[in-house]
Amino acid sequence: MTILSYLKALNRAITDEMDRDPAVCVFGEDVRAAVTNVTAGLVKRFGPERVLDMPISEQAFTGVATGAALAGQRPLIEYQIPALLFLAFEQIANQAHKFSLMTGGQTRVPVTYLVPSSGSRDGWAGQHSDHPYSLFAHVGVKTAVPATPADAYGLLVTALRDDDPVVVFAPAGAMGRREDVDLTALAPVPLGVGRVHRPGSEVTVVAVGHLVHDALAVAEELSDSISVEVFDPRTLHPFDWQGLSDSLDRTGRLVVVDDSNRSCGIGGEILATAAEQMHLIAPPKRITRPDGAVLPFAEELDRALQPSRDQLRTAIQTVAKAGGFR
Amino acid sequence: MPDSAALYRTVRLIRRFEERAVELVRAKQIFGGIHPYTGQEAIAAGTCAALRRDDLITSTHRGHGHVLAKGADPARMLAELAGRATGLNRGRGGSMHAADFGLGVLGANAIVGAAAPIATGAAWAARRAGSDRVAVTYFGDGAVSQGVVLEAFNLAALWRAPVIFVCENNGWATTTRTADAVAGTITGRAEAFGIPAARVDGMDPEAVLAAAAEAVARARAGAGPTLLECLTYRFDAHHTWEHTARPRYRTPEEVEAGRARDPLVIQGARVPEAERERIDADIEDLLADAVRFALESPLPDPATALDHLYADGTRVRAGAA
Repeated sequence: MTILSYLKALNRAITDEMDRDPAVCVFGEDVRAAVTNVTAGLVKRFGPERVLDMPISEQAFTGVATGAALAGQRPLIEYQIPALLFLAFEQIANQAHKFSLMTGGQTRVPVTYLVPSSGSRDGWAGQHSDHPYSLFAHVGVKTAVPATPADAYGLLVTALRDDDPVVVFAPAGAMGRREDVDLTALAPVPLGVGRVHRPGSEVTVVAVGHLVHDALAVAEELSDSISVEVFDPRTLHPFDWQGLSDSLDRTGRLVVVDDSNRSCGIGGEILATAAEQMHLIAPPKRITRPDGAVLPFAEELDRALQPSRDQLRTAIQTVAKAGGFR
Repeated sequence: MPDSAALYRTVRLIRRFEERAVELVRAKQIFGGIHPYTGQEAIAAGTCAALRRDDLITSTHRGHGHVLAKGADPARMLAELAGRATGLNRGRGGSMHAADFGLGVLGANAIVGAAAPIATGAAWAARRAGSDRVAVTYFGDGAVSQGVVLEAFNLAALWRAPVIFVCENNGWATTTRTADAVAGTITGRAEAFGIPAARVDGMDPEAVLAAAAEAVARARAGAGPTLLECLTYRFDAHHTWEHTARPRYRTPEEVEAGRARDPLVIQGARVPEAERERIDADIEDLLADAVRFALESPLPDPATALDHLYADGTRVRAGAA
């Protein structure tokens, strides 16, 4: 077994796919120097024709990736900051995503958009701390938010092999994770298949991305009093609704912890779907950022607006005690 | 190099196609209207005459001319406009998104300027794949104030990408005059990035062809992009909604003056009358067949409305369940 860091897992996934498929190429700012370390070693191994440093032109190079994909390449774009997705949103949501349907299936747009260190990265303030995965799930772009190194490897490999655009968010809160893995057992993780990290019988906690680790910690703290199941959807679109339903068949109680802003975040969709279609015996709860939040700079303020373990613990205890929809 | 008659044929085909399409809009056989290309035919005809079948183009909301000039079947194109299952895009794209990937038509794009980086990327990828294919991206004068177009100029010039930027300057971005929207010059914007740029008589198919042939040769030889600013005039509405809404932004005198130079007449004068009549008759037959094909084609099945949403067939939840 080997210790694999989340960062190294991303790097390994890209390296393995570039080795396997000469059509895979990397676009981004400072990717040759690898300032995020995600692309470390790639230019040396694969050359500057496949690892392209881009000028500060996110809209154009996102469009360039679409065009390159239409002509047979499989680009991966690295965005250094999650908010750059807002700049490139037209090129992803309105261009890359729509070509397949609009052309009646004449073409495909295999582009992967990777955001290392999405969400708050401690002290980066209002314009560098967003976590806009719900936005992409909403418009229908395939969206992955891996929580662990092995899933980061597996989901990024899958994204690179997928024939549609896929956005992969690598949360800042998960980038430091390390995991003991058998490197030979690392494998692609299919989109739309969630993972139960911890089985339980009384409350299902659906946790997105780095919050999986908070959910596991809180579940452990509460293990003497409440049996908590931690369900990680791993991809938000497609979403493993069957996996969630199976979990709720076991527990009947639901708490979602989601680093989106509250209104129109994926947490709201999970609650709505569970309420409409699944087995619930108590009113569900969600822990999110506030409505329309902008993360303030100071550490106390930044933390105040993100989902916390205290909030999650309280929500689990409340839902566990609540009774009786039956 | 195509002869004068071939260029005339393309201009005539586009003109009559657009006229038949406007009739079908009025007859409510085309849902949503169209942006007629009438008056601008010389640009599509001249540039596409300089391209090979395997070269790539991206088109615009006013794009029927480009798609036809690149060789698309007028019957399947008209079926697309009429929202039929037999259309180029199986009725999923319509007037503003017609595409024919088999002919290198990477789609008409309904966001002004958005295709410029897409064509640049396709051109880059074609070269990376070892081919000498080039890409042409069309856009209007309105697009030259879109940041992404200028960003694409920068990338194309840096990489010497085999892409030709064809600006169709018809004097109006919907109802805004070019002079009220563009500081400096259009060619100057390209030249600022080191891209050779030329103003071309966009009413003369042979002038466009000559300029395009030079730009294509440059691109194919690895010498990089060119911008052609083709001066033209839109004879008809920005969109057919104007036929009923009648917004006032161009005086009748201006429209009359703009229509005085007509690519159909200019190119027609270069073709012997007998040959011209034969071409005209052929096109009438072709379009009569195209209209019949379009209107007799089946409508798409509503149960298939989400087909092709994902290339790999991923299915999504219905809106009511």
